[in-house]
Amino acid sequence: MAIAGLFFYLFSAITVAAAFMVIASRNPVHSVLFLILAFFNSAGLFILMGAEFLAMILVVVYVGAVAVLFLFVVMMLDIDFTELRQGMLQYLPVGGIIGLILLVELIFVLGSWALSPEAVATIADKAPEMANVTNTEAIGRILYTKYVYLFQAAGIVLLIAMVGAIVLTLRHKEGVKRQSIPQQVARTPATAIEVRKVKSGEGLS
Amino acid sequence: MEVGLSHYLTVAAIIFSIGIFGIFLNRKNVIIILMSIELMLLAVNINLVAFSTHLGDLMGQVFALLVLTVAAGEAAIGLAILVAYHRNRGSIAVEDINMMKG
Repeated sequence: MAIAGLFFYLFSAITVAAAFMVIASRNPVHSVLFLILAFFNSAGLFILMGAEFLAMILVVVYVGAVAVLFLFVVMMLDIDFTELRQGMLQYLPVGGIIGLILLVELIFVLGSWALSPEAVATIADKAPEMANVTNTEAIGRILYTKYVYLFQAAGIVLLIAMVGAIVLTLRHKEGVKRQSIPQQVARTPATAIEVRKVKSGEGLS
Repeated sequence: MEVGLSHYLTVAAIIFSIGIFGIFLNRKNVIIILMSIELMLLAVNINLVAFSTHLGDLMGQVFALLVLTVAAGEAAIGLAILVAYHRNRGSIAVEDINMMKG
């Protein structure tokens, strides 16, 4: 149990430090890399809690997709980031005060928090014993049966996001030759072929 | 030194506050703002999973999965808007985004 506590403090300290470096680092590429570090360590926290499936999904989706997407965009856009950082000190007091107030409020809520006895009765899907069923199988059992509509809705959200991203970034450049199927189909021998009589001894000019 | 539910909730609260702080600190840089939103969604996910595992209720993990989906879609759309905007205006400064006069 002591090892679990040690790893909890290790993972959470690195997560918080990396999260702070995300917003404080000078170079946005470093920010993205610190974001990846934060995601990896929170995946470790998920494993400590016993949610292995979500930990792996976090690594795959966040690190493998979202963070790489961020990295692509940061490196692709040619932006002067030093100019964007000007005026940061001007926002520091307001942001610091608001962040601190929020944190203190959340800590107050956590300090006086207690589980009501009736809460156990409202559990919707009781988790099975870990010895019998793995976490992944337990999630799969309810995700594909009871929450199948939510699963489908998540798929629709991803589809719409994909269509939206393509629509937003697709553009037709001038001067790029593309295949036009209607034009090809509409061709007739009259427009496609030209018959010329060639006299012997003379070429075509 | 038993690690309980409130430890995880504290970590999530700290990360969420850092996310809020990041939005205020980097008012001009949309990319960092999007990353701060990702951090806040991560904090929400930590909260959901912590409650889910400590109460033995699997629905929280299903919900965290849906939050993850929405976060991925949001990042994709946000970055697509950013690329389209940078193509049109040549800058991503937040104060220049006033074409719609909203």
